[in-house]
Amino acid sequence: MDITIHTEVSKKVAMNTMERKTHKVTAHGVNVYYNDKKALNNVTLNVPSGEVTALIGPSGCGKSTFLRCLNRMNDVIDGCRVEGDIELDGEDIYAKGVDVVHLRSRVGIVFQKPNPFPKSIYDNVAYGPKIHGLTSSRAEMDEIVMTSLERAGLLNEVRDRLDAPGTSLSGGQQQRLCIARAIAVQPEVILMDEPCSALDPIATACIEELIEELKTNYTIIMVTHSMQQAARVSQFTAFFHMGELVEYGETTEIFTRPRDERTKAYVTGRIG
Amino acid sequence: MIKPETISERIELGLAKRYRAEKRFRLYGIVAIGSAVTFLLVMLVAIGVRGAGAFKQTHIELTVVLDEAHVKDNNWQGIIKSSLRKAFPDVKARRERRELNGLVSSGAGFLLQDMVKVSPNLVGQTKTLWLPSSDDVDMVLKGSIDRSKSEGSRRVSNLELKWIDGLVAENKLRLQFNKRFFTGGDSREPEMAGILGALMGSFYSLSVCFLLSFPIGIMAAIYLEEFAPKNRWTDLIEVNINNLAAVPSIVFGLLGMAVFLNMFMLPRSAPLVGGMVLALMTLPTIIIAARAALRAVPPSIREAAFGIGASRVQTVLHHVLPLAMPGMLTGTIIGMAQALGETAPLLMIGMVAFIVDIPTSVLDSATALPVQIYLWADAPERAFSERTAAAIIVLLIFLVTMNLSATILRRTFERRW
Repeated sequence: MDITIHTEVSKKVAMNTMERKTHKVTAHGVNVYYNDKKALNNVTLNVPSGEVTALIGPSGCGKSTFLRCLNRMNDVIDGCRVEGDIELDGEDIYAKGVDVVHLRSRVGIVFQKPNPFPKSIYDNVAYGPKIHGLTSSRAEMDEIVMTSLERAGLLNEVRDRLDAPGTSLSGGQQQRLCIARAIAVQPEVILMDEPCSALDPIATACIEELIEELKTNYTIIMVTHSMQQAARVSQFTAFFHMGELVEYGETTEIFTRPRDERTKAYVTGRIG
Repeated sequence: MIKPETISERIELGLAKRYRAEKRFRLYGIVAIGSAVTFLLVMLVAIGVRGAGAFKQTHIELTVVLDEAHVKDNNWQGIIKSSLRKAFPDVKARRERRELNGLVSSGAGFLLQDMVKVSPNLVGQTKTLWLPSSDDVDMVLKGSIDRSKSEGSRRVSNLELKWIDGLVAENKLRLQFNKRFFTGGDSREPEMAGILGALMGSFYSLSVCFLLSFPIGIMAAIYLEEFAPKNRWTDLIEVNINNLAAVPSIVFGLLGMAVFLNMFMLPRSAPLVGGMVLALMTLPTIIIAARAALRAVPPSIREAAFGIGASRVQTVLHHVLPLAMPGMLTGTIIGMAQALGETAPLLMIGMVAFIVDIPTSVLDSATALPVQIYLWADAPERAFSERTAAAIIVLLIFLVTMNLSATILRRTFERRW
């Protein structure tokens, strides 16, 4: 009983601190089912614009599921059903007539395991702009590819081998290539699903630095298993547990003064 | 409580036993492979030995006069007869003359006809030609006729043997490369029979089969794997495709006869119908192989494409299909190889007829290679048995080539990620 009251209060406080920010993505009462299994239960979360929001929680708590709802990647999973409202700039992305292709061009995603196409580095980055018809000439395409690679901090390493296959890069470089690929279509939001879990600490540091820079232009929502990473990179943190959003607020608040017992237990390393 | 030493000792005892078991098991494997390889070698050697003879054919040198009278009467065999009479002037009796005429193939006249058809100015000229001998003479030269048997129990008389030996001594009778085997159609005379007709029949059938089964099979596989919702209907379709792959091929032949011939009134014995029936048979193979190839493409590639905003079709065409293509092609080639060797369904739709002409379109009557083998294997002439083996060699060469190209294709284009 005490805990529930606590949660309500904590949510309210968190809402208040974020009220001043404009919200890029708002989710209200989101339920997700895989066949009959409920994976997310009544999640309400407003993501502020131009910040990094981290989703943390133990494995299987629904944070990746929630992330994938935001650009409807769950659509391709058989038996997955999403209820509730998710809005991007005030528009319901699950409304009838919403074009998934268009939505995904606005909300890019970077996956846990680097998954470059088995094509050249250039083609990997150029693919998005090409299918969306963003360029009219080769020179424009070159420009986009170069700036995307530059922004992803990869250009200097691959400048002289743009024709090499993307799969020939190291793990960290591949992940940055995937980020370059995502930002090449100039999305408004970038979703990152544990982008560093397959990388060593040096590559991780590189990606984190990159996220820091990217947040000036994009709203970033990332799932992470590393509490330190959430603390280092994000401005806001949401803690998921057993398919529910337990606590959401400014990162410093979550890590130093968690209001919920479960959050406290998790961030101090007692559960999870 | 067991002492540690005893445990170690026990393990040691057990180890020897384990190693023995392992050795025995390996031995079984080697024996299995060895026997399989032996069977294969025995088969290949047997076919090779029997079939090698068919690539050579006895030819006889004759000086023929292409006189106008004979040409006008279309009596081509008469030209050869008169030429033989000139070569053996002392043969007078009717019976002996008939035997003499039997030295040269009864189809040799057609060769003269073809020659004159190509260049009509040959009429009236005298030419020295190497013409195919009859199959009995051929068998004598290849040593397949036992001379020690009594005259009555062998197909060649003593007189004929005398002529043959005489001609061989004069170097007017010898084995030459059997070009006709590769350029001719079927014939009642083994020395005139070739496999080109059957080869073309197979080629047209397989072309039709490929043009039908490849696009349909690939599209079906793509739709089922990438687009179709997983529900009871798709499950039912999947089960039925697997069932179709196990249906005996003769059933497809019956279906082809009932539907394509009797209902659609398509021509009998035509490679078009043969190809359609073979396509029915090959489709499940191709669909199953193509689906396996699509499933082998990692889902992360699809997610990556979806994540950038590619539509389903773009994802499939740009990313999944190029990766799955080598596997699909391999499956298709293996399906085609299977179709090339298929006999039973072709029997049902009438591609088992005796057809001399080489087919020039998918609507001409034709046989196929395996059917030709079946037909020749049935023929009573001794010379046909070596042609049967030779045709099997040709069929095997095609099959091995196709399977090899499938392997090479997979090795070359398979991409790792």
